[in-house]
Amino acid sequence: MKTDSPFLELAGDAPRVRVWFDGQPLDLPAGANLAAALLAAGVQVFRHTPVSGAPRAPFCMMGACFECLVEVGGRVQQACMLDVEEGMRIARPHEAEADHAEL
Amino acid sequence: MRNCDLAIIGAGPAGMAAAAEAAQQGLSVTLLDEQNRPGGQIYREVDRAGGPRGAILGQEYLHGASLTADLGASGITHLSGAVVWAIEEGFRISFIRDGRGEQLEAARVILATGALERPMPLPGWTLPGVMTAGAAQILLKQSGVLPRRAVLAGCGPLLYLIAAQMVRAGTPPLALVETQTAGSPMAASRHLPGALRGWRYLAKGLKMLAEIKRAGVPRYTGATDIAVAGSTRAEAVTFRSKGQAHRIACDTVLLHHGVVPNTQAARSINVPHVWSEAQQCFVPETGPWGETGKDGVLIAGDGAGISGAMAAEYAGRIAALKAAEELGRITAAERDRLAAPLFSRRSRETAVRPFLDAAYPPYGGALRPADSTIVCRCEEVTAGDIRSFAKLGCLGPNQAKAFGRAGMGPCQGRYCGLTVTALLAEANGQTPDETGYYRIRPPIKPVTLGELAAMEDPSATAAE
Repeated sequence: MKTDSPFLELAGDAPRVRVWFDGQPLDLPAGANLAAALLAAGVQVFRHTPVSGAPRAPFCMMGACFECLVEVGGRVQQACMLDVEEGMRIARPHEAEADHAEL
Repeated sequence: MRNCDLAIIGAGPAGMAAAAEAAQQGLSVTLLDEQNRPGGQIYREVDRAGGPRGAILGQEYLHGASLTADLGASGITHLSGAVVWAIEEGFRISFIRDGRGEQLEAARVILATGALERPMPLPGWTLPGVMTAGAAQILLKQSGVLPRRAVLAGCGPLLYLIAAQMVRAGTPPLALVETQTAGSPMAASRHLPGALRGWRYLAKGLKMLAEIKRAGVPRYTGATDIAVAGSTRAEAVTFRSKGQAHRIACDTVLLHHGVVPNTQAARSINVPHVWSEAQQCFVPETGPWGETGKDGVLIAGDGAGISGAMAAEYAGRIAALKAAEELGRITAAERDRLAAPLFSRRSRETAVRPFLDAAYPPYGGALRPADSTIVCRCEEVTAGDIRSFAKLGCLGPNQAKAFGRAGMGPCQGRYCGLTVTALLAEANGQTPDETGYYRIRPPIKPVTLGELAAMEDPSATAAE
């Protein structure tokens, strides 16, 4: 995984909790917005489109565009509408197409 | 089932102010909002943005805390994390909260659903690393997260605001690629006398521009042929400005050329909409109080036409007074007396708007995208596809769904609707009003069978 994220995170005081994204452990601020925390952690591709398999990532951050869809707890949900919780297991929807993806 | 006098959808400035005013007039109010904390997009997470983040975001943002503070008043039930998916006559509102369906009955409804970024389809805009400028603002407000190497492309005050905030945060943008031409301010200057009533906004704009200049951020104006280059993610922005071709390498591209009313909820209950030439988008037809062609439904804030956060606050209070009068809590005379100062403040707040609309017109290249540009992000339908549908006889956006699934993905047309209308209107030589818009039907947000099954009173389900 790329460690140098394109995003800078201003220092916060939230404790870090362990989550998994596509099997990779990540330590994210508890209670933070999941999409924002994943971006800050260097995750660059959230999903691949069902039509062409093109990579996508958060676009609107306000629950309108549905580009940040991820699978959490067996349900495909908008990462920008979720808060980080300890132990979250997050996967890209359409796993098969995500094989060649890079974080 | 819950029951109340007034249901308000959206806890931004309009919704919060409406809730406070309605409660003060004795109405029982339920305020439903998708986010976990109140504020809407403009005052997102304002209650948790202390310290350095508050300093970066500025006083006008922190003003939102005065609105969230009022939500504690008795008479207001604030349901956060409530995703409304249906509004029916009567009114019955269906929403999902904590993974289960719930319903609410209300005598009156105020829609305060705010704005969305105007779609800005250009080559490469679907690549990871491309976001709306509003998304960058949300990242900063809610999470203290900023792009390190960003190019801002488009036009309008929000572009300058996010640029100035990035400067303050120590991560100035690499460049501003601005689409307005020297002719736009000329066209706007006839609105200047009116705009001077809103001089605070003009002064704020000049201050932001000075901040951006001091930080040495290059500005390119009159930009055309804007595209995002990259194979699996954004790597650079290419464009032409003043006859020169440019390429700026970057990791993040922030797009913005204005915001437009979020009309999904209003359309789902058949509130009539009309094309606004000044704002280049559809707006619901509303009266001075926010009343619509639909009895009992009022619209306040940017959802009724873009006017900004302060105007939204006054509009929220005005709509709440109208609801209180309709429900017999105050007389028409009291309503008018209480609303008079609000109307005059609102008109002062909106005075600058015609100037801004003319000075920062939407980017033509994104209103009429090249054939190969994707316009429907969800279903990956291109502008050329839409034009070819028109050649085959497709007259309106609803037919375009049948021709090629445009607008049928999870975003339900939120980021392609205006583009599809514009492309079909142009190809068929019709006006946007003649061409129309997608028919929006519930569920206006995706809902699972599990969430419906978990509804407290399944016999009263709305999904008959």
